[in-house]
Order: sequence, then C-alpha cells, then structure tokens
Amino acid sequence: MTKLTPVLSAFWDQKDSFTIEGYKRNGGYKAIEKALSMAPDDVIQTVKDSGLRGRGGAGFPTGMKWGFIPQGDNKEHYFVVNADESEPGTCKDMPMLLANPHVLVEGIIIGSYAIRANHAFIYIRGEVTHIIRRVQQAIEDAYKAGYLGKNILGKGFDLELVLHVGAGAYICGEETALLDSLEGFRGQPRLRPPFPAIAGLYARPTVVNNVESVASVPAIINNGVEWFSSMGTEKSKGFTLYSLSGHVKNPGQFEAPLGITLRELISLAGGMRNGNKLKFWTPGGSSTPLFTAEHLDTPLDYEGVAAAGSMLGTKALQIFDETVCVVRAVLRWTEFYKHESCGKCTPCREGTWWLVQILKDLESGKGEAADLDKLLDLCDNIAGRSFCALADGAASPIISSLKYFREEYMEHLRNGGCPFDPTKSTLFATAEAGAR
Amino acid sequence: MPLTDADNAVMDSIINRYPRSRSAIMPLLHFAQSKDGYVTPESIEVIAKKLNLETAEVSAVATFYTQYKRKPVGEYHVGVCTNTLCAVMGGDAIFAALKDHLGIENDEVTSDGKVSVEHIECNAACDYAPVVMANWEFYDNQTVQSAKDLVDAMRQGNPPAPTRGPNKLPTWKENSAVLAGLSDGRANEGVQAGEPTLLGLKIAKEGGK
Amino acid sequence: MSTQEIAAETQVEMITVMIDGFEVTVPKGTLVIRAAEKLGIQIPRFCDHPLLDPVGACRQCLVEIEINGRKFPKPQASCTIPVEPGMIVNTQLTSPVADKAQQGIMELLLINHPLDCPVCDKGGECPLQNQAMSNGREESRFEGYKRTFEKPINISSQVLLDRERCILCARCTRFSEQIAGDPFITLNERGALQQVGIYEKDPFESYFSGNTVQICPVGALTGASYRFRARPFDLVSTPSACEHCASGCDMRTDVRRGKTLRRLAGDDAQVNEEWNCDKGRWAFKYVTQKDRITTPLVRGEDGELHEASWPEALHAAATGLEANRAAVLVGGRATLEDAYGYSKFARIALRTNDIDFRARLTSDEERNFLASHVVGTNVHYKDLDRADHVVLLGFEAEEESPIVFLRLYKQVRKRAMKVTAVAPFASRGNKKLNAELIATAAGNEASAIGKISGLTSKSVILIGERLSESTGAISAAVALSQSSGAKLAWIPRRAGERGALEAGAIGNLLPGGRPVTETAARVDLQAAWGVEGLPSSVGRDTEAILKDLHDGNIEALLIGGVDPLDISAHHHDGLKKAFVVSLEIRHSAITEIANVVLPVAAVVEKSGTFVNWEGRPRSFETAIEESLTRSDVRILSMLADEMGTPINLPTVTAAREEFNSLGNWEARSSFTPVSPTSVSASGNQALLSSWRLLLDAGSLQDGENNLAGTVHPSVAVISENRANSLGVKNGDLITVSTSHGSITLPCEINAIEENSVWIPRNSVDSKVIATLGVASGPVSVVKA
Repeated sequence: MTKLTPVLSAFWDQKDSFTIEGYKRNGGYKAIEKALSMAPDDVIQTVKDSGLRGRGGAGFPTGMKWGFIPQGDNKEHYFVVNADESEPGTCKDMPMLLANPHVLVEGIIIGSYAIRANHAFIYIRGEVTHIIRRVQQAIEDAYKAGYLGKNILGKGFDLELVLHVGAGAYICGEETALLDSLEGFRGQPRLRPPFPAIAGLYARPTVVNNVESVASVPAIINNGVEWFSSMGTEKSKGFTLYSLSGHVKNPGQFEAPLGITLRELISLAGGMRNGNKLKFWTPGGSSTPLFTAEHLDTPLDYEGVAAAGSMLGTKALQIFDETVCVVRAVLRWTEFYKHESCGKCTPCREGTWWLVQILKDLESGKGEAADLDKLLDLCDNIAGRSFCALADGAASPIISSLKYFREEYMEHLRNGGCPFDPTKSTLFATAEAGAR
Repeated sequence: MPLTDADNAVMDSIINRYPRSRSAIMPLLHFAQSKDGYVTPESIEVIAKKLNLETAEVSAVATFYTQYKRKPVGEYHVGVCTNTLCAVMGGDAIFAALKDHLGIENDEVTSDGKVSVEHIECNAACDYAPVVMANWEFYDNQTVQSAKDLVDAMRQGNPPAPTRGPNKLPTWKENSAVLAGLSDGRANEGVQAGEPTLLGLKIAKEGGK
Repeated sequence: MSTQEIAAETQVEMITVMIDGFEVTVPKGTLVIRAAEKLGIQIPRFCDHPLLDPVGACRQCLVEIEINGRKFPKPQASCTIPVEPGMIVNTQLTSPVADKAQQGIMELLLINHPLDCPVCDKGGECPLQNQAMSNGREESRFEGYKRTFEKPINISSQVLLDRERCILCARCTRFSEQIAGDPFITLNERGALQQVGIYEKDPFESYFSGNTVQICPVGALTGASYRFRARPFDLVSTPSACEHCASGCDMRTDVRRGKTLRRLAGDDAQVNEEWNCDKGRWAFKYVTQKDRITTPLVRGEDGELHEASWPEALHAAATGLEANRAAVLVGGRATLEDAYGYSKFARIALRTNDIDFRARLTSDEERNFLASHVVGTNVHYKDLDRADHVVLLGFEAEEESPIVFLRLYKQVRKRAMKVTAVAPFASRGNKKLNAELIATAAGNEASAIGKISGLTSKSVILIGERLSESTGAISAAVALSQSSGAKLAWIPRRAGERGALEAGAIGNLLPGGRPVTETAARVDLQAAWGVEGLPSSVGRDTEAILKDLHDGNIEALLIGGVDPLDISAHHHDGLKKAFVVSLEIRHSAITEIANVVLPVAAVVEKSGTFVNWEGRPRSFETAIEESLTRSDVRILSMLADEMGTPINLPTVTAAREEFNSLGNWEARSSFTPVSPTSVSASGNQALLSSWRLLLDAGSLQDGENNLAGTVHPSVAVISENRANSLGVKNGDLITVSTSHGSITLPCEINAIEENSVWIPRNSVDSKVIATLGVASGPVSVVKA
C-alpha cells in the first residue's frame, strides 16, 4: 500500500493555515531565504534536477521551462501562475489556495528570482470569491513582511505580484489564451511559435506555471532534490494531489507519491458508495479519455496513464458507478466544451455544436447504429484538426465511451430513450448522503 | 456608470496595477458590475475612454466572458453546477427544482430582484458535489431542499453563510468589487478547509490507514 | 514586392522544400501555403490573406508535413507554418489524411452556413462556394438545426453584415485592426455564437471599410450600394485607376450595360497593395447624376444656355477665344493626356503661358519648388517602407492621401517607424501613426520645420499641397532636406496634379519639365511640336489669372473641371465679365456663367493616365465602351483645328505617345528660398486652420448617400483654455467668422495649438473658402 505524503497539505488542518503567521509557524518563507542566496541558474538547476513536472495537465518539466527563458536579453521577464483551474473534475488548486495561499506566493518569489522576472501575475478564475480574498490578502501580507516589493530580504531582488481575476472562460486555462486575457483581450489561444518563453506576456519572455507546480517548489528548495525525487516513479517524481470525487464513500484530496493506483485511492476513500460497482472514471479531468474498472491498477503517473491510453492530466479522478448513464455523462461534457469553445477555429466551434446535437438525439434514443460511426468520424475530423487542445478534449470522452460502452449507446437506440433512472446517481439517493 | 471622483480614483488605481493599461480591462469590468450590477453600455464607453480603446474593443472582451452580465442579475446570483459530475450527483435535480420553485428560467431574475439562477460549469469543488454557488461563494454538498431553503432565505434577506466563505453572504455588487481586486476585509473569515479537503491529511496522520 | 524581389534585395536565405513530390525554392520565412502556390498547387483557405498576419483559424488549409524524416503527428495549417530545410509537404493532392481533414473542415463550415447562394451577392465569385465544390464532400451529413441570426444588419450606412453567412475567418476584423488601425468591428461573444460586430452605438465608420467587403470570403459583408444589383458573371471588368486622389490606386471597374455597378481595389504590390479607400470604392455615381451635361451648350442672345451641335459650339468657342486675350485653368482631375492637351493648346492655340492646374490656394514659392524639386523626380512607396523617419508637413495622410496613410501605418505597426507631423493638433490619423506632433498654427510652419532634427538620408519629408499656404514653409522644408539628406516628396490631394505638372500645365514649365524661360528647352519643344516659336515669359498663376480676369487684363478663359470656390470667394464677378469656355461633365457654378459648355467624359468613360505622387504613371482603359462622351484632349484638338492652330492630338493614345516621346528635360531650375512670415492672433481671435476630410462635400462624391452616411461629423476644434474663456464645453456650438461670413459648429476640445481653431475645409456645413473668404489667418471665435 502506497503511503500518503502530505507536504502541501501538511498543516491544512490548522485553523489559521491560510495566514502568514500560520504559514511561518510551519516553516513558511524559509525557502526564499535559501533560494535568494543561490545563483538564479542554480535554482533552475535544482528544480530541473528534482524532476518536478507540470501539475496542470501536460507534465512538462518545470525546471526546463524556466531554463528556456533567454538571459541577458535586456528585456522584462514575466512569471505567470495559471490558477484558472476549470477542467471538469479538477479541484486541487482552489482548496489549496483557500487553505494556504502563501505557499504559492513563496513559490512565485523563487520562480521569478530564478528566471529574473521582476513582475509576476496570478491569473485566477473569477468564480471563487473567497479564494480570491485569501490570495489577495496573502499578497498584501507578503508585501508588508518584505517578501514582495523592493529589495526582498535585502538581497537586491525586486518583485511586484499582481492578482488578476478572470471572468468565466475555461479556455483561459490554455496558457496563450491566458496571456491574451491577461493583456486585456478575448481569451483566445495564440499561434505558436513564438512560445511564451520567447514572446509571452506583452511579447516578453514569460513562464506560465500551474499553481501546484509552483507551490511544490519551496519544499524542493527546503528539503532538497534527493528528498523530492525519492518519491514517485522513475520519470514522474515527487508527490502530488489526487482529487477523488463522485461515487466514492468519502471524496476528497489525497496527497501521495506519483504512481499510486485508483484501487488504493478508492480504498482510502472508504470504498465505492453503497458498495456499488465502479463503471467509469476520468484519470485527469474530462478531457482525458475515460477509464473503467479494468484500469484500477494502472499506476497514476504520467507514463502509466499514457501507456493505458489516457493522460494523467490534473489527476482529477471523477468516479462514476453503475447508476450513471455514460451517454448522459458524455453529452453533458460535450455541452461543456460547446459552451467553452472560444470560437476561434472551425472544428471546435462548429464541431462541438454538431456533436451536442447528435448526442442529444442518441440520448433520447433517436438514430441508428450508423450514427455512432458518424459520431466517431466526426470526432476524427475535429480532434487533431483544431487550433488548440480544447477540441481534442471534447472528442476524448466520446471516443473513449464508444470504445468501452458502445453497447450502452445501442441500448438507448433500442430502448427509444435512456434506460437509466437519474435519481439513483444523486448524492441524496441514499439516506446517509441525504442527511448531510 | 456615472462616475464620482472616488470611482475615478479607484479605476486609476486598478489601471496602475499593470505594466500596460489594457490589462486593466477585466478588473474594470468587474468594477463596473460592482457599481451597476451588470455591464451597462455606459460603462463600456467609460472604460474605452479610460484605456484609450475603441468601444468595440471593450465590448468584444466583455461579451467573451460569462461572468460579465449584459442585464441585471439578482442581489443574489445563484449558480448551480450542472457539469457532469455535479449533474449526476444531484445538480440537475437541484437546478430543475430551483427554477420551478422560483418560477424563473435560466438567466432570469425573480420579480423582487432578489434571486437569479444560472446553470454553471465545473467550479473546482467536485469533492463537495453537488455544488451551488451564490455570488460566487461556495455552498457545498447541496440537496434539493437545502437549495430551496437557501433561495427562500435570500428572498427574506437573511441567507445563511457560505460553507467555505465569509461569515455572511455578500451581495452580488459587493462581491463584484472583490473580483475587481478591492478588499472587503473578510479574507480571514470562514474555515480554512472543508472535510474532504482534509481527508487525505487525516488518514495520513492516523497512520495511512 | 514579390517574394523574389525581397529575397534579391535583402539577400534572404533560400530554402528548398518538397511539396507533393515537387521541389520548390523560396525565401526563408515563406509560408507553406504560398510555397505551394509557386508550384501551382492551390491549398484551399479562408482566413489566410497574404497581407494580414497569419491566424490559423479556419483550419481549411491543413496539410501533412514532415521535417527531416520527422512527421508532425497532426495535419498542420499551411498558412501558419514557414518553410524549413528538409521539409516535405503533402497536400490534399497526395495525402489522404490532408484530403479528409480538408473535407471534414469544409463540412463543418457548411453546417451553419445558409443555403441562400441563389440570392447572395457573393454567389458566382464566392471562395466558400468554389472551394466547397473543389475540396468538399458531395453531400453533407448534417441533419440538425442551423444557427440563426437576424438577417443583415447595418454596421454602417454602407456595410451590411449577415452573421449567418459568416464563417468567422476574421479577415475583416484583422484588416480593420492591422491595416486600417480602426478596430471598430471586432469578434464578439464566444464559441458557436461568436460573431463579428460593432459596439452598438459606434458604427463601422472607417475610411477603409469597403476593403472588408472585398476580402470577405463569403457574402457576410456586403456593400449597400451593390447589394442585389448584379451577378458577377454579368459584369464586364476593366482595370482602371482611381481619380479621387494622388495615391494612385489600381482599381477595377465592373460595368453592366453601360453602367458602373461597382469598383474594387486592384492588386498592385508597389502601390496600393490590395486596398483602397471608401471614396475610391464607392464614389462613382457623380457620373450618372441628373445634372450630367450630354450635349454642347452655347449661351444665346437671351443669356441662356442652349443645346448646340458640336460644330456650332466649337465655332462659338473658337471665335471667342481668338478674339480675346485668353488664359487656361485646368482642374486637378485631368489625366496626363488631357493636361497635355490643355498645355499644348495654351501654348499653340492661345500662345500664352497663362495656364495653371492648381485649382486651389497656391504660391509662387510652390510653383518654383515644383519646377526645381518635383517635376521629373521619383520618390516611392518603397522609400516609405524603408524610412527611418517620415515628416508630414501640411499633409494629413489619412484624409488627403489614404493609401500613403496605410503604408505609413504598416511600418509604424511593424517596426514603430518614427513619424513627425507639423499640424495644429493631432488628428485621429496622426494619433494612429503615433506621430510626434509639433503643434503649429497655420502660417507658422516654417519655424516649426526648423525645429525638426534627427533626419537622415533614409528619412522622407512629405509635403502636402497646403504647405503652399504658409509663406516660407516650403523653403524651410527644402532647407531641412538639404541639410539632412532626407528625401523630399510632394503629395497633392488631387489625382491629376502631378500629371499636369509633368505635362506643363503651369506657367513656368513646358511639358517634361522644360522651363519656359530657357531658350534651349523651348527650341527642343518647338522642334518636336513643329511650331515657330513659343511664349517665353513665365505665365500667370491661378490667382493672377482670376485677378486679371476681374481687372480686365485677360478677357477669355478656357476652363476644365475647376470650381472657382475652391480658390476664392471673390472672383465670380471677374469670371462673369470674361468669355468662358467650359469643359465639364456636370453643371456647376462655372457652366452657369460660361459662354460655351463642352461635355467631356468621366474617368470610367475614357482611357488615360494619372500620375500619382510618386511620379508613377497609372494608365487605364475605357470601362464604359458605350459612352459617347470624349476625353478633354480630343475636344481641345478639335477646338484647335477650328481655330486654325492645330495641336494634332486626335486621340488619347496620340497624346500619350507624343508626350512620352518628348522625354524629360534634365536640367532643373534653381530654387530661391522665400523668407518666412509669421502670424498671430489676439483677443477672441484665433488663427484658422483647416483641411479637407476624405469624405466631404466634394462634387465627385455626389449621388452616393450610403457613403455620405459615414461622413465624419463637422466640429470646430479649440483648446481647453479657449473653451474655458468662451464658457463652452464639448459639443456646444461656437461660431467662427470673418467679415465675409460665419460658420457655426459644435466644438471639440482637444490639445490644439493655443492660438488655433480648426474646422473642416469643405464639408456640407463648413465650406471655409466660400463662406469665410479665406482658409487661414485671424478669425473671430465666439460662443454661438
């Protein structure tokens, strides 16, 4: 049994964990003293050596990303944190920022120092007011404590940190759309190249990192490369937050070394709700192809999940039991992608419009077997043809659900409608849950 | 948005946060909503002038993001997550029940102006599903009944505090100011985490089960 | 510039790639889609436009690409990928994956596209229609419901938007932002509801809006004037040139049954690229107005004009011109050939150098400058493309030569090229150019020019015709050019002025820049023309001709295409006394008093040549073959025959060939600088400044109400201090007056030079010269 490794979450159970006092009492802001005494390149090397990979979905090595920033170019550099957490099922960064925003601030100071940025931004989604309050307060308190602003800790390093609040657009989680949004434009993805490391925010070299990636840095600086890389698997080092939601007895956050399995996590969560059977699950949000019970023992690291045909993504493990209609689930996700398509490119804009119509018909039992092939062919014309990965994500649940549950689609057609009772899947379907 | 000198000063301070003024367009739109409750044509014009942009450039941005409203919402704007996980866990039932209970459709406001409802997408609280947001504050683990009680209390002017949020539910306009980056001094109110957030830590402390 | 030319000039590295099995070598940086074009391989596309930044939005141009054996896992948008060494591209012709990808995109583009091609203006010349046939599926599999919008909405009085037809390629919005600097139309909303739109209260009133109609790859943007008027296959297209300004746009005129139905921007990479302005595009109905003159007219004993036969009219004109001392005024719209006709007619038939093409305020300083620094010279758009610094003197690029503006804007956007403007305030155009303003009252330009520094041999000084209104300013500009090595170019407002200068339709020059006072130059021309002698003293200029008509020193006038109110409010009586022969297309203030009126052809009815500000000939052919009207030069030739002093220019072609055979006179006359004067104002007086807006009360814009609907409202610009002292706020009415008259307009408070007031020169509610009698100098400004 894999042991849990609470690092980020280590003191979230303290009532004042989100305050600067609480953070410092638990060793906070020690890492910047160490990092700011190092040469910036050494900080980058440390993060490279640790093997830390991006926790926002793509898993790109964080230190390598920092190393791409050209140095000595006499340009402003920017450090931007992607706190737009919006991928369906993903719920790790928001509770972290509610419980401890300072660890992010500390990580930003280290990252900015490393890439020689004097200006940093946190782009946070706009639908989380209280978390915004907490982050804003943390920034203000860090300024007051001399961790931000001019001549931080007397080390001659200056950093301005600005919290930028989004306004409801999933696509802004895509890093170039995020940058356009931050510049005051519609949040639509940009053409690459140039990549943000060369021409990002205001066309200047820019690092864009996920919240959890940045928040993991202070612990690496404090405890060292060996400590970090002793956790996890060969190519997926360290600890991370796994978010279990849906039909398990006790949903929640589990901080564990990379490579833990869903079987272990479900066991930690007290098993499936009512002892029901696991039907399907997402390993890393709705954009990652669905898994089923046959993948319970797949190691949840970047390579393990990829080898099994999906992606680790954001480690958003949405668990659906046998009461859930997969067609309904997929339709709803497809409606999400249609709603969140930015409109820039044809396959995503028009494709999601069409997919929703086909899936609605299928859910209500209209259509024939050939329509399933049409649906797949349409996915083939959308995925890999669009400007950014959003449309790939839209096709994922459809393609994977047809792979594992084609028969259930057919059942809808034979039945002339959905054979499932939607009330059975609700939280309040059971007395125990309803009482909460 | 008729502007007072104080409003002007606030807008200037928002603009001054950024290396380039255009970046202020989003917080300024949030600020406009804190004044008027939604983005009025006048506020588009004011922001365009402030940032030296064409009005079309500002409306292009304002219409892209779903949190910017083109018509008034309620004093309490209720968002029911109906993305897949919340939907199957009860979000669909809650949303249907609320519409029925309030006699309004998606994106409509009750006649007393108190409550509006909207079905929303995933709000990053899946371990608390089904989730209802009010003025973008969390109401976790909702049921049909708890959601009905919530909107009833809103209409009576005494909504309960959010599950993970300040001690009292602020109004839509008040929270819009927070989104514009203006502090309301309530950051220290409320819990640091809910039970699901702490579950893994608890198990680890108990010895990893 | 073509890619080869760029490569040749900048020594760009050449790259060889393989496309569909064929090798092609192109300059580094060339996009795959354009490298394929070089091989004649057409990859379907919508959002791609060679003059707009790549966007990769429509995804229609997907191809398979591998580089040095490594294949991209997904098909790539060939409009966004530059060629690289070792690249192998497989388009729809050789790759089943690319072919299917393209068919898939096409199917998606069509699911929400209405099937209204039979009533769509674009039908027959529609890239979507054409490429759906060439690269689409035979049948759609879409069985759902289509997105619907309210059918076309006006986004300005001249542009309509049909959002159902729009495929969101963003060519229009990118054009508006990247080329015109007018982001008045933008993409709005999101996802499947994304749509092009304006801000509800601010219409799409860009001077360049018509280009979006032209580059729209579907029928989403249409022009109100052409809507539902024709089918493209019923139109006969003729390459033509624009008569509206000196930018020199290449144009295309589309005619059906003897009537112009539309005009489009032509494609000339050296000049207008693929753009033009809305005036050039839409202002052509002046030709078909009811007041068009169709037959010769002769004023009878009764004082009225009567229709006459050509022989009668030519006889009457010849008699009058023979019997009196005559001068010639030829308007700025004449073609090179027509101007040459006037020039030769003046010298041979009238034996005078009293001729001037400058139907506007002028100075001797300017005339000397034209002879010494402009005639026969060339400065090009290319010089603007490469300039390190451009100085604008008496010249508002966007209003007075819009394509020059686009070229400047391109460089400002691309590489922050420095622009300096001497003007009373920063106009919208100059703000877009991020121009450094030297705020100057009209009349004081010379001292402002003296303050300009930092020019090099790569700099360009652009002089507008209005600089002649400020004594000593042209001299200061010449001095600045000489001291810095910067190039000097003169940009008149009208299309014909530069050609008329080359043709010698001015008192100090004969054709080809031959000084009238130089014996050798005259002898050279005498030989060519086969005449005994030519008048040798410098002729009168426009102002002197009008004054001497008034004073009786000249008794007859041959005048073509001139509105005297463009010059002065005072000379109407003088003209009334004279024997006037008018060559005109429409009735005007001149035909009202003329003794003989001879109808002439409008631009679309004739062939000819305009010479643009660069000195580049812009020849065009007759678009309306059916027309019975004739170019001025043919009529002048007949008139000269009637007078017994033939000029032997029976056709436009003959005139062009004869002019070209003359060649340019190499020696330039020297320029004598003029000392500057300065102006000042006191009390409630202000110094008047004005220029013409691109869209105004100009007679060539008559008859096009949709265009007129986008005219910028007239305002009087004053400083904040003046507004305070007058007790007015933005929008309050103020009155600008002289002893001659007054103009009342809403005021606009702006950072204008303190002593100045600015009003538009020739707008419907602000006709400065006719109303105030002056165009500059002290005026009174009071609250209305």
